[in-house]
Amino acid sequence: MSIARFWRETPRRYNLGGSKCTMCGTVYFPPRAVCPTCAHHRESIGKMEPFQLSGDGEVFSYTTVHEPAEGFEMQVPYVLALVRTVEGPVLTGQVVDLAPEDVRIGLKVRATFRKLREEGKAGVIHYGYKFAPAEDLPNRPPGRPRGAVGAPAGSESDRAAA
Amino acid sequence: MRDVAVLGVGMTKFGELWDRSFREIGIEAGLQALVDAKLSSGDLGALYLGNMASGSLIDQEHIGPLILDYAGLGARHLPAVRVEGGGASGSLALHQGYLAVASGLYDFVVVGGAEKLTDVPDATGNQITSSAADHEWEVVFGGTLPALWAMIARRHMHQYGTTREQLARVAVHAHEMGSKNPNAHYRNKVTLEQVIGAGPVAEPLGVFDCAPLSDGAAAVVLGPMELAHKYSERPVRIAASAVACDTMAVQHRRDVTTLDSTVLAARRAFEQAKRAPADVQVAEINDAYTISALLALEDLGFSEKGHAGPDFEAGRFARGGEVAVNMSGGLKAQGRPFGAVGVAQVVELVRQLRGEAKDRQVANPTLALAHDVGGTGATSVVTLLERAS
Ligand SMILES: [Zn+2]
Repeated sequence: MSIARFWRETPRRYNLGGSKCTMCGTVYFPPRAVCPTCAHHRESIGKMEPFQLSGDGEVFSYTTVHEPAEGFEMQVPYVLALVRTVEGPVLTGQVVDLAPEDVRIGLKVRATFRKLREEGKAGVIHYGYKFAPAEDLPNRPPGRPRGAVGAPAGSESDRAAA
Repeated sequence: MRDVAVLGVGMTKFGELWDRSFREIGIEAGLQALVDAKLSSGDLGALYLGNMASGSLIDQEHIGPLILDYAGLGARHLPAVRVEGGGASGSLALHQGYLAVASGLYDFVVVGGAEKLTDVPDATGNQITSSAADHEWEVVFGGTLPALWAMIARRHMHQYGTTREQLARVAVHAHEMGSKNPNAHYRNKVTLEQVIGAGPVAEPLGVFDCAPLSDGAAAVVLGPMELAHKYSERPVRIAASAVACDTMAVQHRRDVTTLDSTVLAARRAFEQAKRAPADVQVAEINDAYTISALLALEDLGFSEKGHAGPDFEAGRFARGGEVAVNMSGGLKAQGRPFGAVGVAQVVELVRQLRGEAKDRQVANPTLALAHDVGGTGATSVVTLLERAS
């Protein structure tokens, strides 16, 4: 992937910047130029506002991947999940800082900023969000994970964005 | 709009065809279909070619005229159009050919599908497979096509109690039918224990839950129904051809355990044909992953939501069951050369409706359904085929 192709999505992949439809209030990630669900589809053009996700959510479904995507060869096996955020949007991302056998549907997680993948030995390193447990697990101490991204739900920056 | 018939069918063997090139297999299938249709190439109006990834797989785009040229039709200057829709490319090409004949623009067209997957290493083939998912928001974060389907499977198990054994039965059935199909990539039978015990790809899916990377090509000749008896002793009418799309990424779906694209394509097809799922005797459905088949059976209307696993276990979709599903062996055993898959489904069903399916023949079918999926369900195509009286 070219540097520009990854770089242009940095605000979303680093900071969980989504969008909110001011016509119906639905939140989207990644941001949308037009509201897919709104009855006012056409009228929502130009009415989508930036919206900051908190990074809090829970595991909606998951898998442990043994045949990796390109650039993830060194991380096998890794846990991939659909995470339903507290604001509504579902995100696809790895769940880290836990043993694969500890992941389950309903597990509370929080977004954390990590290295995603490397393009070969001399290639570009891509960074972005992954998720870490936000509740007690047998094999890992609780607490806010290192490198947490996004604002806590209902914080100043959240309201400012909305 | 006028009625459209399938007048001829052809396909190559599917599998690892090391000694054969993309153009060779494409032409073999097309010429077989022309001969089967008793049609002179001078009658043809256009070629539609389904293909997903020739640029990544064999460094060749612009393959419409390539196949036309090597089929000996270059000097006729026919229009040749490539159609792409991930794994559903072949059925999408069929839809375009159907529209062209139904509209009256052309009388006779060839619809082909071809893919050459084994000219790249397996790891590259798997990456190209995943390019039918959303690269920016799934693949960049570690997603692969089997991993995304695995998350659909896990959620289906959680919500409906679908079991690992029920998933595995789909693969056992596919291999059982593949053993009766001389064109199939895999002709070996497998046991439930072998499927469950195979190495993991993306849990709960293992190696035997995933269709292989195959080479292969298939083709059909379409023409107007009113002229069909002149070119075929047993023409098959296309009773409906319907396409529906959905969000690119699984994360944006209304319901992760339902392919709305399949639900809508099926609804449109049954409405067009004025028929219902209960009227179908034989079907070729997408079983790229074992979970894909269970979702398809529910979303096409053959099973209630959440019941496909137990229904499959009960034998409702076996040969001799209520709907005989994937008599070809499906994508799992017949093979998965992306662009050829949807066209090969129609080849199998036409042979079933004509009574030419030999060891795989279903007793006297009159209505057949083909179901093709791109990626994780961003595109679905449903085709209904009917034996013409
Ligand atoms: Zn809206």
